[in-house]
Amino acid sequence: MSVPGEPLLTVRDLRSYLATSQGVVRAVDGVSLTVHEAEILGIVGESGCGKTVTCRTIMGLMPAASLHASGEVIYHPHGERSILNAPASELRALRGAHLAMIFQDPMTALNPVRSIGDQLLEAVKAHADLSRAQARERAIGLLERVGIPAPARRMRDYPFQFSGGMLQRVLIAIALASSPRLLLADEPTTSLDVIIQDQILSLLLELQEDTGMSMILVSHDLAVITEVCDRIVVMYAGQVVEEGATADIITDPRHPYTRALLDALPQEGQRGPLRSIGGSPPSLIDVPEGCRFAPRCQYAVPKCRSWDTELIQAGERQHAARCWRQEEIEHEIGRSQA
Amino acid sequence: MSTMWAASPSELLMRAATRTAGRRRSVTRRRLTLIAGLVMLGLAIAAVTLAPVLVSQSPTAIDPLHPLASPGTGGHLLGSDQFGRDLLARVLYGGRIDLAIAFGATSVTLVGGTIIGLVAGYAGGKLDSFLMRLVDLFFAFPFLVLIIAIVAMLGPSVFNMFLAIWITSWVSYARIMRAQTVVAKKQQYVLAARALGYSPLRIMFRHILPTTASSVILFSMVDAVGNIILAASLGFLGLGTQPPTPEWGVMISDGQNYILTSWWLATIPGLAVVFTGVAFSLIGDGLADLLRAGDR
Repeated sequence: MSVPGEPLLTVRDLRSYLATSQGVVRAVDGVSLTVHEAEILGIVGESGCGKTVTCRTIMGLMPAASLHASGEVIYHPHGERSILNAPASELRALRGAHLAMIFQDPMTALNPVRSIGDQLLEAVKAHADLSRAQARERAIGLLERVGIPAPARRMRDYPFQFSGGMLQRVLIAIALASSPRLLLADEPTTSLDVIIQDQILSLLLELQEDTGMSMILVSHDLAVITEVCDRIVVMYAGQVVEEGATADIITDPRHPYTRALLDALPQEGQRGPLRSIGGSPPSLIDVPEGCRFAPRCQYAVPKCRSWDTELIQAGERQHAARCWRQEEIEHEIGRSQA
Repeated sequence: MSTMWAASPSELLMRAATRTAGRRRSVTRRRLTLIAGLVMLGLAIAAVTLAPVLVSQSPTAIDPLHPLASPGTGGHLLGSDQFGRDLLARVLYGGRIDLAIAFGATSVTLVGGTIIGLVAGYAGGKLDSFLMRLVDLFFAFPFLVLIIAIVAMLGPSVFNMFLAIWITSWVSYARIMRAQTVVAKKQQYVLAARALGYSPLRIMFRHILPTTASSVILFSMVDAVGNIILAASLGFLGLGTQPPTPEWGVMISDGQNYILTSWWLATIPGLAVVFTGVAFSLIGDGLADLLRAGDR
């Protein structure tokens, strides 16, 4: 794990509300987070808790017509001004060259009717002035770097001739074509099988170490996140419920939701049914009053349903949780185990 | 127990082999349609461009000794019309205008309509609404009536006929392309392209167009047939080509007065229209099958 440097990206009180025919979806509701230089930040949470929308809002990729986004997204190398709702041309210059993103389903993230080489060359030339030969050389180098065998030959192939894992490698190569400072990986391994998942994660880790870029890794799989990330942000129902260094989160979870996620991880040698969290996340249209996790929380008291808190610092380290009962719960658990 | 339902390996191999053979045959058959269409169109183009080599008579030269000569008589292979003009020469020279309409009118509306539809679909919002209401406006009128009105206003000539088609026919392409673009815009590869900081122009023409172009190209084949018939109809109504220049529609229209006594006057240019129309239809069908096969 690398030592985090200066902040690279700061997100403050990001809100992303989407107007739909059923009502306003508060997909992201006051998220703050920081990514430091050369750091891997993990965002974890159940499906539909706003992880993807957070990433896409940062990149300015949400459909403008139905979106109301507020808050601040500061990409420090670009100045201290928020790039949220910045002019399209300004965002375009940042995207690809500084901020890159890889997507969940590699099978659909490439144009089906154009060859791999064509699409990779386009990405290589997009933010750099290279001759044909130079661009080709760089493209082949990138494919080689992400572990595509016989890259020069495979440049001519089309997406349907690749497997999912290989396509994700190609997409990583495309994302890295302009050497971005920050890579947003939105569930990059979700649609892949376990062995390929591991290969892709190792590749991402290697590339991060080689280039010294920062990375936001989004996943609903806490096992993946804890394996790879320096710091973790746990999201629930559009909000951050806990954040801290990976080791602190694993050894000393503060929020009941984080505890439940950790409990749900299968343990080695464990027999019997897997533990899961009862119920499902609340609708983001009619958000419940009070703590959003309260209806599913085994430690909830009546006050939890009417009263909510901000993130509360826990301990001296950078570790905070959005639960006002965290100390009490700690004692309760301590008592029951004693 | 599961082996009870499964076929023996050799049987499975057999089935797989028959399936592949069947698929290969149908691909060849599909190609045949396209090839037949291309050969027919090639013949038509060769015939009209090589008209001066193929026939010695001028399409407008009057042969007062042999008016209304039936095919094969009086030195006229396909007969002559009421002024004794050679019908073969007139069909070949007249085809130049009809084929020019098929290509010239269709290609311009194909390109124009495609770009307009692409921009409307991708930009969305007010521009999209404006362009699509304009399209609705054109669709609200019967096509032929609109074209006749424009030609009548501008004065009958071949160029004005082109102009009328250009003004009215882009709307179909725009509507098809817009619908396709709206769908393609939501695809993840477009999102991925945006995430790489590509400009809207690049995304429209390099990412969306290649995946959506097949539908408008196919439609253009149908439209080309439609335009030949349109040109013929306008000629028939006296709004297209002016006499004595030959054009298939005009020839059919002139020939109808003699349909009971001299059938060849209207029938032969009619067959030329049918021949060219079938050629374009076959190309369209062949292309559609081929592109569908490539869809996977």
